[in-house]
Amino acid sequence: MKKFNYFLAALLGLSITYASAQTKKGSVLIKNATVLTVTEGTLENSDVLVQDGIIKQVGQNLSAPSGVETVDATGKYLMPGIIDAHSHVALDVVNEATAPIVAEVRMRDVVNPFEVGIYRALAGGVTISHAMHGSANVVGGQNVTLKHRWGSEDPADIIMQDAPRTIKFALGENPTRVHGRGKGTQPRTRMGVEAILRNGFNEALQYKKAWEDYNQASSQKGNTEVAPEYDERLQTLVDILEGKIIIHCHSYRADEIYMLINVARDFGIDKLVFQHTNEGFKVAPEIAEYTMGASVFADWWAYKFEVYYSTAFNAAILTENGAITSINSDSAELIRHLYHEAAKTQRYGGMTDEQALSMITINPARQLGIADKVGSIEVGKQADLVIFEGHPLSVYAKPQQTYVDGVKYFDIETDEDDQRLRVSPTEMVEPIFMIEEDHQCMQGTELYFSDISKTLFNTNY
Amino acid sequence: MKRMTKAFFAFLMAFLPLMAMAQIDGEFVKPRSGKFLLQNATVVTITKGTLSNTSVLVEDGKIAQVGTNISADGAEVIDCTGMFIYPGMIDSGTRLGLVEVSSVAETNDYSEVGNVSPNMQALTAVNPNSEAIPVTRVSGVTTTLTIPSGGLFPGTAALINLVGYTPDQMYAGFKAVVMNFPSSARRGRFDRRSDEDIKKDNEKALKEANEVWEKAQTYHQLKSAGATLEYYPEMDQMAKVISGELPMMIEVNAAGDIQNALKWIEGKDAKFIFSGVAEGWRVAGEIAEAGIPVLAGPVQELPTRQSDRYDAAYTNPGKMAKAGVKVAIRTNEEENVRNLPFHAAFAAAYGMGKEEAWKAVTINPAEIFGLSDMYGSVEAGKVANLIVSTEDPFETKAQIMHVFINGYKIPLSNRHIRLYQEFLDRSPGLKAN
Repeated sequence: MKKFNYFLAALLGLSITYASAQTKKGSVLIKNATVLTVTEGTLENSDVLVQDGIIKQVGQNLSAPSGVETVDATGKYLMPGIIDAHSHVALDVVNEATAPIVAEVRMRDVVNPFEVGIYRALAGGVTISHAMHGSANVVGGQNVTLKHRWGSEDPADIIMQDAPRTIKFALGENPTRVHGRGKGTQPRTRMGVEAILRNGFNEALQYKKAWEDYNQASSQKGNTEVAPEYDERLQTLVDILEGKIIIHCHSYRADEIYMLINVARDFGIDKLVFQHTNEGFKVAPEIAEYTMGASVFADWWAYKFEVYYSTAFNAAILTENGAITSINSDSAELIRHLYHEAAKTQRYGGMTDEQALSMITINPARQLGIADKVGSIEVGKQADLVIFEGHPLSVYAKPQQTYVDGVKYFDIETDEDDQRLRVSPTEMVEPIFMIEEDHQCMQGTELYFSDISKTLFNTNY
Repeated sequence: MKRMTKAFFAFLMAFLPLMAMAQIDGEFVKPRSGKFLLQNATVVTITKGTLSNTSVLVEDGKIAQVGTNISADGAEVIDCTGMFIYPGMIDSGTRLGLVEVSSVAETNDYSEVGNVSPNMQALTAVNPNSEAIPVTRVSGVTTTLTIPSGGLFPGTAALINLVGYTPDQMYAGFKAVVMNFPSSARRGRFDRRSDEDIKKDNEKALKEANEVWEKAQTYHQLKSAGATLEYYPEMDQMAKVISGELPMMIEVNAAGDIQNALKWIEGKDAKFIFSGVAEGWRVAGEIAEAGIPVLAGPVQELPTRQSDRYDAAYTNPGKMAKAGVKVAIRTNEEENVRNLPFHAAFAAAYGMGKEEAWKAVTINPAEIFGLSDMYGSVEAGKVANLIVSTEDPFETKAQIMHVFINGYKIPLSNRHIRLYQEFLDRSPGLKAN
């Protein structure tokens, strides 16, 4: 009970911190752009009026209320801020690799607002990223959805507080490598992965019942029931079963994807998104029917065995089969040109402009449960916007300005080159990195491997 | 019982030929040679301007003619009206063919044990049947430089065309001895050496490089004087750099290292090429002055320093080209070499311009490799490495309609395409049957 009180106090403390965070909201009138609304077609020579961080009007010949700056976007394209449904940017650590289920861990506790990767993502038009736990565990930690409000030193400012909870799951090579082969504990196989999931959810059901029984008994007069011990890990699994958390599951092979669909259906879970999903195309009808779709790479393959039988046509096949499909980065490099990654679905599968743009805007918004707030240019939505020179799906396109909540955080014309918020006073010579560790899905699991396998750690996704 | 078994086998044997013939559906499309007339296209020659309503005749593996009135006699005519013909793209730095699945060590053949192994031949380890090769060539990348990596002198790189069943059939006529110049950069965040340790490691590596060079000079002098030498394959290969038979390709990236490498080659009578050159833009003038060509990239890459502008890697090739450096672009990739046109396009958009970026994946590498009479442009007499595209092949949505390599018409199929064909409209779909 004492523990529980501490927990409550901590929670209260946190909620005050979050409530007190005053994020900046801006007002601006962007004029004469080709407006790619994504959900409501393309509007030529149109204006978008933003007030206090919200899109107030979309139309022609709008005039700026007094005090609102006007930006001339003649000849340029305006699109919704790009949303990356899989990223590890701005996280201090990624993996809590100590057990096959670590549902209690929260990425919002390790958000690093100083990481220059946030600014670099903005320079690629990305306004929201889904900062995920790694893939070392079958049930990983809870992810956090970030809004790229660059410049604040308060982690709370870059967290999208009105986004729903999501959690990382992982199937296949990574969890079996870390636990089965690294530590000699279940799971070592895809059979074990299923067992971990089913055992975990059944334990959560028992836990839920214990609390229900206790609550019922304690409402009776003169009861002497002792409360069950609070368990954050099991409570989180209960929250998943009750539909309060969206699962985002790292997955590659069709069989494991199909397995999780079956587990989810057996436990009545329908808030399920697959991540990476390289063989999703093989079970596209099932993904379309039973899940919130898949978030995939545009063209990555062959970096490990479970992605050897991949196709760059994955996103197109999923889309044509009716699955909600998004294109993500999982990379500090790729996140900077997701508009180009989305365009690859036109080379590989002939997607229309609207389909391709949806994959980096409204579709990831749906998968993160924030489609009512962002992901398209519609009146009433949050003003996350990007101005492009050239159509964003052209390989020659260049993001010019990026807005979050109507505040400009990137401007190609006026920004300084050096965007670091904090420079180490002890760092005499700035280090030069030839191979930026930009893929971090398996970061923090190196301890579990011998030196030989460490050298093979180029591929961590 | 025994007799029964014998009878059973006899029965099986009798049916074997029949079984072998039966039940093979479909036909595998192979690359095929012949005489082809690519008719009525816009030909972007790279070296001789852009020619509209022009045809290209392919014969005996070569571009036989480029013109407006070419006889179709005996040729398979391919109508290219409304389409564009470009020379095949050259990727100046890959591990294509040396890696099948990166995380599976057994399929990685680019890094041999040892620090001084210039005699390791990348060409030997190229797998002509790698799944990544057909995946790459349908993008219009027809030729790649395949590079070993690892120690100080990890081996010898080779240029290959992406058609053929043996490495020799693929070999495109250029090799270079690779040197990894001692690097002051960190290999990644896991590289936690102190600045001092890095400096010490560098000094040690440079000392070793100098010793190897001196030894190679001695070896070369003795050999050219007709001395009988003990079997020493490492020095035998290094001596080819001294004699001018092979150029040396120096991988060098940090600005300070580039300057040191320029100093190191000063007074050395050999052909040098720099590769990587990530921070080339910081010292572009010095590289230009030394007249050293560069194989730069990847372009779609993060800046090397936290303080750098976000687009430092995008703008690097353009800045070097403007300073007067001869620039070729590479992906430094294996399974993603097909993205070469996009790397080049990013360089184009960020300062290099389309024309220079096209040169950086065609005629520039051809010139740097000493093969400009064979590759890098659409001109009569050159090897028929050609792309036919619906539009500028750099553009993401462009569809590559035909690819020719060494005059072979390349089937536009690979694993990715076959999986698309099988699974787009799966049967059975959601419900059983």
